[in-house]
Amino acid sequence: MPETKLLEEEIVKSSNLPHLLVRPGETLESASAKISGIVLTGKHPPFWWVSFGIGFILLMGFLYGTIILFMIGVGIWGINIPVAWGFAIVNFVWWIGIGHAGTFISAILLLLAQKWRNSINRLAEAMTLFAVACAGMFPLLHLGRPWTFFWILPYPNTMGLWPQFRSPLVWDVFAVCTYFTVSLIFWYTGLIPDLATMRDRARTRFAKIGFGILSLGWRGSAIHWKHYQTVYLILAGLSTPLVLSVHSVVSADFAVAVLPGWHTTIFPPFFVAGAIYSGFAMVLNIMIPLRYVYRLESLITERHLNCMANVMLVTGLMVGYGYVMETFTSWYSGDIFEQYMVINRSIGPYGWVYWFLILVNIVIPQLLWIRKIRTNPVSLFFVALSINVGMWLERFVIIIVSLHRDFLPSSWGIFAPTGWDWLILFGSIGLFCSLVFLFVRFLPMIPIFEVKEIIVERQEEAA
Amino acid sequence: MSSVQVRLHGLTAEFDSAEQLVQAARTVFEQGFRQIDAFTPYPVEGLPEIIGRTKSAVPLIMLIGGIAGAVIAYGMQWYAMAYYYPLNIGGRPLNSWPLFIPITFELTVLFSALAGVAGFLFLSRLPCVHHPVFSVPGFERVSTDQFFLWIEATDPLFDERSVRHLFERLEARTITEVRGK
Repeated sequence: MPETKLLEEEIVKSSNLPHLLVRPGETLESASAKISGIVLTGKHPPFWWVSFGIGFILLMGFLYGTIILFMIGVGIWGINIPVAWGFAIVNFVWWIGIGHAGTFISAILLLLAQKWRNSINRLAEAMTLFAVACAGMFPLLHLGRPWTFFWILPYPNTMGLWPQFRSPLVWDVFAVCTYFTVSLIFWYTGLIPDLATMRDRARTRFAKIGFGILSLGWRGSAIHWKHYQTVYLILAGLSTPLVLSVHSVVSADFAVAVLPGWHTTIFPPFFVAGAIYSGFAMVLNIMIPLRYVYRLESLITERHLNCMANVMLVTGLMVGYGYVMETFTSWYSGDIFEQYMVINRSIGPYGWVYWFLILVNIVIPQLLWIRKIRTNPVSLFFVALSINVGMWLERFVIIIVSLHRDFLPSSWGIFAPTGWDWLILFGSIGLFCSLVFLFVRFLPMIPIFEVKEIIVERQEEAA
Repeated sequence: MSSVQVRLHGLTAEFDSAEQLVQAARTVFEQGFRQIDAFTPYPVEGLPEIIGRTKSAVPLIMLIGGIAGAVIAYGMQWYAMAYYYPLNIGGRPLNSWPLFIPITFELTVLFSALAGVAGFLFLSRLPCVHHPVFSVPGFERVSTDQFFLWIEATDPLFDERSVRHLFERLEARTITEVRGK
């Protein structure tokens, strides 16, 4: 036996690890055991309790903040005229952007036959759902009278009124609701075969019944697989334009207005690139610690990190191009308000925010050109963190800096966030983290059957 | 227990690898059996075609769902904006179709996706939390690394002894009769 073990170690050493999607030595059984074991053994490292605990405390802060908000009103925030769209909208756009990576990974990369998506798509999709859930709350919190939120939905009412379907704000409701629903059913469809694996491997009666019901009686029948793969592929095809449409519609909320800094045609692609950028950054921020703590390095390899870093590098450059073009267009337009917007953005009262944004969102991510940084989990984690901060600042600059000085100097003003603004921002991060860690606790975070496909493929190649 | 009438549902054969299963499925299909199914831990390419399932109606269902979504979405917007409550905004056309496209697109995707998943579940006869094959010993391994072939007793060619003989010839690891009420 020691001999075979030695041989295996030799293979591990000699093979070029960074290029592998699954490290040698993983079999169908070991992959199933490893992934389902995280949920089924019920043993969780201190990391889980600490992270969930922090997330949960922040979530309680969110709850407190929203209760006070509902009791007193949006006056507790720093918003006023002219900056009537404050942190709530910044957070909304930021979260919805983060929610783009999951479906991008699951749908677009599936159509492009990128095999490396297989071990990471489940977690990324779950993250998408939670990010969209966080995002979806902000427009409601932002309403002065949140209890009338349903007025934006088309339903027969005694007032005889319809929503204004020509308004991007109404499109937004449809886009976000559709995106959430389609992402949810796409994610659940992907889970069904794995839920059956969980059911079959469960030891406790509670887990058996729970997963039994959730798996809908999946039994791996060839007929089921046929329909399953068909629906999954077409859902991916439908989700692809959907992903691109959601942030385009969000950007139309701004681009349709006449405000300098908002009124620009580059917004839809610029927003989509930024969304994918921050989405991948968030996936890495969540996945790098989890991969380390749950010893998933053999299933989420350096190759995965490298691929995700490459996507960030590309989308980051697109975002950089967006910044350059915004500045160029303002100058080229010959419009004094547009030109002043750029000057005010870089040397006005919020000038430091803009330069800090350039630093964390454009300059620091250039480190990703270096291969060592891309494949080192620690450095990659910090670059991703920098991007997440940067993308939040970008929305801050777009929304608040554009609003605070528009056409008439007499109507200019300054926005300063209050403690409630910060509490609700960090509280929403708490909600997100709590949901992510509950997901890791109760559902398989790596798609088991898709990893098996890769293992089988590798075995066939070897044979 | 002999007093209880138990019906024979069919016979399963267990295999260790996908290649063996594919080989066996091909033989069984060539022998003329049609009420057959195969159970695998991951989708095996070509297997549904081998057991005679070449088409899925899911794409058609999704197309119908998508068209329905598009018609409903555009119809709703046209009805509300151009017919039921027309608002003259600077003399612009009431049926301002370019502005109706985003919602039409979103609902097309939504209806199509919902129809697709509903269609997939309906065609697969899911949810169905219990099925006779679950009683086969070792069947829980099918979601990990085992492969099963199944011939239903309703197949006109089904004869317990000959099917068992066929499975033996195909070198099945285990052969199980599935009995139940």
